[in-house]
Amino acid sequence: MIFARGLVKRFGDFTAVNGIDVEVAPGEAFGFLGPNGAGKSSTMRMISCVSAPTSGELRILGMDPVRDGTRIRARLGVCPQLDNLDPDLTVRENLTTYARYFGLSRVEGRRRADELLDFVQLSDRAGSMVEPLSGGMKRRLTIARSMINEPDIVLLDEPTTGLDPQARHLLWERLFRLKQRGTTLVLTTHYMDEAEQLCDRLVVMDGGKIVAEGSPRSLIETYSTAEVVELRFPDGLDLNADYAAKMSGIGERVDPLPDRVLLYADDGDAALTEVHQRGLTPSSVLIRRSTLEDVFLHLTGRTLVD
Amino acid sequence: MLTTLAAARSMRASRPGLSTTRVGAVISRNVGALRSGPAYWIVLVSGFFEPLLYLLSIGVGVGALVGDLTVYGRTMPYAAFVAPAMLAVSAMTGALAETTFNVFFKLKYVKTYEAVLATPVRPVEIAFGELTWATVRGSFYTAIFLGVMVALGLAPVGGALAAFPATILVSLAFGAVGLTISTLMRGWQDFDLLTTGQFAMFLFSGTFSPVQDYPAWAEILIQITPLYHAVELVRRLSLGVYGPGLLGHAAYLLVMLAAGLWFAARRMERLLCP
Ligand SMILES: Nc1ncnc2c1ncn2[C@@H]1O[C@H](COP(=O)(O)OP(=O)(O)O)[C@@H](O)[C@H]1O
Ligand SMILES: [Mg+2]
Repeated sequence: MIFARGLVKRFGDFTAVNGIDVEVAPGEAFGFLGPNGAGKSSTMRMISCVSAPTSGELRILGMDPVRDGTRIRARLGVCPQLDNLDPDLTVRENLTTYARYFGLSRVEGRRRADELLDFVQLSDRAGSMVEPLSGGMKRRLTIARSMINEPDIVLLDEPTTGLDPQARHLLWERLFRLKQRGTTLVLTTHYMDEAEQLCDRLVVMDGGKIVAEGSPRSLIETYSTAEVVELRFPDGLDLNADYAAKMSGIGERVDPLPDRVLLYADDGDAALTEVHQRGLTPSSVLIRRSTLEDVFLHLTGRTLVD
Repeated sequence: MLTTLAAARSMRASRPGLSTTRVGAVISRNVGALRSGPAYWIVLVSGFFEPLLYLLSIGVGVGALVGDLTVYGRTMPYAAFVAPAMLAVSAMTGALAETTFNVFFKLKYVKTYEAVLATPVRPVEIAFGELTWATVRGSFYTAIFLGVMVALGLAPVGGALAAFPATILVSLAFGAVGLTISTLMRGWQDFDLLTTGQFAMFLFSGTFSPVQDYPAWAEILIQITPLYHAVELVRRLSLGVYGPGLLGHAAYLLVMLAAGLWFAARRMERLLCP
């Protein structure tokens, strides 16, 4: 569905995407994970054929985005990072008008609009203008809009950023259904849990480059341990590095963060026992399963907080 | 030979012409906005009254003091001289208001076009759609204005019918230039410049007095600016003063139209597809 080799995007002399290789198969849910400025949106804009690659090879649905942009876009659904719904139109008109851009008849546009409003649970707001909608509702409407042409690929740029937990879960559930129908999903996120929930396969991007690739599980297995022990000390802050030094040798790896020390070990309980045996007394302890956040931390040496 | 043919054909396929369906979709978005957004109606209606008020206050009011005027070898009431100019002005302001204020707002603030360009619609199709819509708006003003002129006895019916297509051309020309201006605007402060320029043209383009009354250098300066040509074209047609000069004025407006569209489509592509 998507094939990229050595894809580069430059703005002036700034390189936003620095030679990435990506391949997405039909029906797959593929993710770009990375902090702000990693080049995720720039990549998505090239895939959506609204931004020409500076160099490298890019094929979407077997076509060249520069030459066949119009034909490719007819088969893509795009949900941009920032909602760009039309404030002069009602919720339903946002969908029916969009259908017209794809050359659908008015009748067909209305039919699909009603079906999609139902799908994203906005039927009761059909006649409302866009502005009074909540952030989650706007996002759902944008996603509905991206599906109006029954696309082969849906591109979602940070679909749940800025939403409250309920809104996020509702969106995830809708996206999961979409995936079950066989639609290819490509999404970017800087939420680890989102990537774990939705993606079959993902790449971790940092500074315009891909730093790791695989399924969420395999990435965790490769770059982290089964469990992570999070330790906080009452006088932490300045002394975390010292505490970490005292723990060296326990588990696979010790990582001092400003507010806590992370101890990577396959058996969290055993590691904690050893910590206590060394005479250390953390004020709070949490043993949890490893997540993509840990992978990211390991790969880039930074947390994902922007 | 065969391969060149095939190559030529695939080149053509890769550069699809303008799709009227997609241009139509861009227009129908504006029809929807007109229906759903009550504010748009107010803007639309108020744009019509300005030239009408000038016609009544200056054309009829001041006209009573000025008396008759002789231009193109004909003598006519002052109001009949001013009316066609106000007609050209309403074609200009109707189209310009749409392609500057509204297009700039959609381009810069609500990102309407970004959403549109994620569909098969291309920048040049947006330009055509918005221009067509702006021309519909301008022509809506001029049609009513022509009705008023005929009702007040300021133009014969035949003249009004001849002038109407000319006002469409005026709307197209100014609308196209307005599109280009929108893509060059940095912010709302630039609108002050535009408004001042528009007002200067409004005052001096042979609207309220024949340009021959100005010093020669001013006359030449005026003849370079676009509203002069619009006023001349519309006035001559509505008064039935034909001559080869008409072609020159029409050609000026056609060049504006072509250049405006071409620049606008290119600028939009640059702005929206970085
Ligand atoms: N149109 C543009 N012009 C100049 N720089 C840009 C443009 N778009 C993005 N950038 C820069 O490219 C980098 C990557 O941006 P982006 O692709 O939006 O990252 P992400 O989506 O991962 O946060 C950022 O540093 C951003 O400032
Ligand atoms: Mg982004």
